[in-house]
Amino acid sequence: MAAGIARAWDWFWANPWIKTATRPPVYLSLAFLTLGGFVAGVAFWGAFNTALEATNTEKFCTSCHEMESNVFEELKGTIHFTNRSGVRATCPDCHVPHQWTNKIARKMQASKEVWGHIFGSIDTREKFLALRRHLADREWARMKANDSLECRNCHSSESMDLTKQNPRAASAHERFLFTGEKTCIDCHKGIAHRLPDMSGVPGWQ
Amino acid sequence: MRRLAFACLLSLVPCLTAGVILAQEAPRLRGPDPFTKEIPAPPMQRQVTNDVRVRRNYPDQPPVIPHAIEGYAVDLNANKCMSCHARKFTEQSQAPMISVTHYQDRDGNTLGGLAPRRYVCVSCHVPQTTASPLVENRFTDMDALTEPERQPARGR
Repeated sequence: MAAGIARAWDWFWANPWIKTATRPPVYLSLAFLTLGGFVAGVAFWGAFNTALEATNTEKFCTSCHEMESNVFEELKGTIHFTNRSGVRATCPDCHVPHQWTNKIARKMQASKEVWGHIFGSIDTREKFLALRRHLADREWARMKANDSLECRNCHSSESMDLTKQNPRAASAHERFLFTGEKTCIDCHKGIAHRLPDMSGVPGWQ
Repeated sequence: MRRLAFACLLSLVPCLTAGVILAQEAPRLRGPDPFTKEIPAPPMQRQVTNDVRVRRNYPDQPPVIPHAIEGYAVDLNANKCMSCHARKFTEQSQAPMISVTHYQDRDGNTLGGLAPRRYVCVSCHVPQTTASPLVENRFTDMDALTEPERQPARGR
């Protein structure tokens, strides 16, 4: 065991790249390396965030025909697309967490979706419909787990005025939302896209 | 022969006159403009969503929907109405339960769940808007008709 570690240690330090990297610079000045490193860091971070934001737009999401011809088409008829006040919830508003750490985590999970796009797992309407319940289940589970965070980014229960709601909605929110018994997604399923086969989903029959 | 033809034509006159008069009387649902002219559509009416139950005009009338149903799924996959109005959800929703007739098929056999022929709620139950009627409604409530006949019986 100890011998193995010692061998790995020696092998690591014997690597010519490691040797070069750990030696002081011979040709480049300290100023160049620090300032250059700073500029390169700014450029990298800027590019990273620009790319992150570019992949967080409705335009990017609907550039894949899977999204454009299925879920985006269905969103168009709903209140989250057009409404009296002209505020639109775009794809990432509901499907990507706004907070940085959670956003990166979701982006990493979304690499599976790139895989799905490349290998065409839902590249026809039939394939999409066949997988719709699975896709919906995953999204419902995600929103249930984070207490409908993406809903609450806009609709917070603190700023909800029950007197402005109709009595039916007000009493439902009072009984289930404010007591924490249920979260938004428990009742408000299929508000932005059509529903899959709902057999076996609690609250549906 | 000529007289007969004249008599025939003469007998047509009252019919034609009546036709013209009745045609003027007939309600024109699309307004006074001729159908060849394209007129701008009237503004959409607001839905009545005050959650107040509306009296039925006759016992068999499907009750109207006093709330918004925009975006509610009623298709092969899901029936949003049943999420509140099904028997098992009425306690948490406090919504009226669908009538027992909805659990029966056309032969009167009681089924375990919502009868397929009753599945599409909005083919009978509809929301109301604030639109004023296009034609006068001369419907008389059944009670208003029967009440005068019932009154003397009560007095006896």
